[in-house]
Amino acid sequence: MNLVIVSGPPSSGKTSVILKTCDALKNSGHRVGVVKFDCLHTDDDKLYAAYGIPVKKGLSGALCPDHFFVSNIEEVVQWGIEEKLDILISESAGLCNRCSPYIKDILSVCVIDNLSGINTPKKVGPMLRSADIVVITKGDIVSQAEREVFASRVGQVNPRALTMHVNGLTGQGAYELSTLFYKDDLNLDTVKGMTLKFPMPAALCSYCLGETRIGDEFQQGNVRKMNWEQN
Amino acid sequence: MNIKTQTCGELLASYRWIADFFTENHLDLETAKNQTMSDYLASIADEQLEDLALDRDKVLSDFITFVTQMRELLGETAANRVDKLSILPGLNKEGEPEGFDRIDLYPSEIISIVGPTGSGKSRLLQDIEWTASGDTPTRRRILINDEVPDLKWRFSANNKLVAQLSQNMNFVMDLTCYDFLSLHAQSRLVQDAESVIQRILEAANELAGEPFSPHTHVTALSGGQSRALMIADTAILSTSPIVLIDEIENAGIDRRKALNLLLSKEKIVLMATHDPTLALIADRRLIISKGGIANVLDTTDAERRVLSELEIYDLKVQTLRRKLRYGERVDSL
Ligand SMILES: Nc1nc2c(ncn2[C@@H]2O[C@H](COP(=O)(O)OP(=O)(O)OP(=O)(O)O)[C@@H](O)[C@H]2O)c(=O)[nH]1
Ligand SMILES: [Mg+2]
Repeated sequence: MNLVIVSGPPSSGKTSVILKTCDALKNSGHRVGVVKFDCLHTDDDKLYAAYGIPVKKGLSGALCPDHFFVSNIEEVVQWGIEEKLDILISESAGLCNRCSPYIKDILSVCVIDNLSGINTPKKVGPMLRSADIVVITKGDIVSQAEREVFASRVGQVNPRALTMHVNGLTGQGAYELSTLFYKDDLNLDTVKGMTLKFPMPAALCSYCLGETRIGDEFQQGNVRKMNWEQN
Repeated sequence: MNIKTQTCGELLASYRWIADFFTENHLDLETAKNQTMSDYLASIADEQLEDLALDRDKVLSDFITFVTQMRELLGETAANRVDKLSILPGLNKEGEPEGFDRIDLYPSEIISIVGPTGSGKSRLLQDIEWTASGDTPTRRRILINDEVPDLKWRFSANNKLVAQLSQNMNFVMDLTCYDFLSLHAQSRLVQDAESVIQRILEAANELAGEPFSPHTHVTALSGGQSRALMIADTAILSTSPIVLIDEIENAGIDRRKALNLLLSKEKIVLMATHDPTLALIADRRLIISKGGIANVLDTTDAERRVLSELEIYDLKVQTLRRKLRYGERVDSL
């Protein structure tokens, strides 16, 4: 089985791009399944199911969705193998811009959209910087000049990625993307023992553990204050 | 110039644009000036890098890749030249061979693409953009300068083969025309940005029916003005050798002049259109049907005469539009 990890800011077009890419993969005779990770709510699973794509969803609820991803990805991979998938695609919404669910040696794709503004590449952390492929969507809504400026900003933070434009609505570019999703000679049977591309941020303060009261005496563990001098 | 052994200050002296890399990656150029990139990165505390979510080795190798890519973008214009783009036939949606042997396109040539909606115009464009090599549903192949194209055309962020001018020219940035163009010029590493911006503004004003100032916000431009600005910008600033136009509405812009501007910059202009004037302005037209190119027609002399007549009507319609707009009465066409 091949595994592809797709991530990107909320509503950047991940599902749209994955659906169009699945179409192309199915046409070339591949069996594709999707797992969707999200935090509070998602209807993406219904969409995938409506297209006849085997799908599982995981809601992290009170946990950081990317931490949740790492704790569950092995079981998901085993599910994919049982389902006899050729390609398992994982979709997760990057929420805090600091984490990224990418695993070393597993194809990682960041979906980011032209509408999010040209300063977005700078704000998105490892999710964009360490992706192997950067897919830029919603090019249909902005001018050619803006597309070029946006792509060049992406190139500044991740010069080594393959950068592609895909239209999530029409699927323009999805066929081309699909050709990068499957390698014959790849046969993944577990992700056990593999490592994340980038460590998750340090956490665990009293608020991670459910504290709600505000004030110094309630702040314990990994607590940090704003830098007032640089402000 | 060796990227690894030069200090960042020395690199900056030759390549002003490395400052962008520092800004985008939250790095401090001032501190780095007297050091090589790798020494500078080594001098940043681990905790600080962690806060910035940066990986030392990755930043270093990204930096080297970035400088190398940008140097290519600047210097390698010869390698980016497209003197000839060829389309070799594939199959239409019904699996039948396409109706031509080979199509060669040259700079400063206009080719129109006609056919019903959904007939395969976008697939053709996509094949060109992806420099298809028999690996797309149509099995078409694209050659550049008679050779199988370099893969950089497929994947690089800055080196796209095709610039697309779509019908809806919306802007999401709310900047003045001047600032907008500066930003674009900066991303293209233009040296004499000031004069380039002036040239674009002049050209755009020449194309637009109603002039606009550099201080106008791009979001306040009329449809015709923004089309004019984007065409001038693409002609003068974009490095893509091929320009695809998806219709140019016949309002608020001089279409002939717009096309001539693109041609004067040695672009290959492909124009998907349902408009008879645009279809006939082209030197040749590709007829798309059932997902394939069914035929290639050279524009004949008779068609050119039809075009001249059409242009007379176009002009009349435009004059009429202007009169009505300014409250005049009309009594004949
Ligand atoms: N115009 C335009 N709209 C797009 C494009 N791609 C996606 N959209 C629209 O953007 C919206 C969000 O797309 P989704 O595919 O649901 O985005 P997502 O990243 O999966 O969203 P979450 O999973 O909820 O984070 C939808 O309304 C899509 O129709 C595109 O290329 N162009
Ligand atoms: Mg989604």
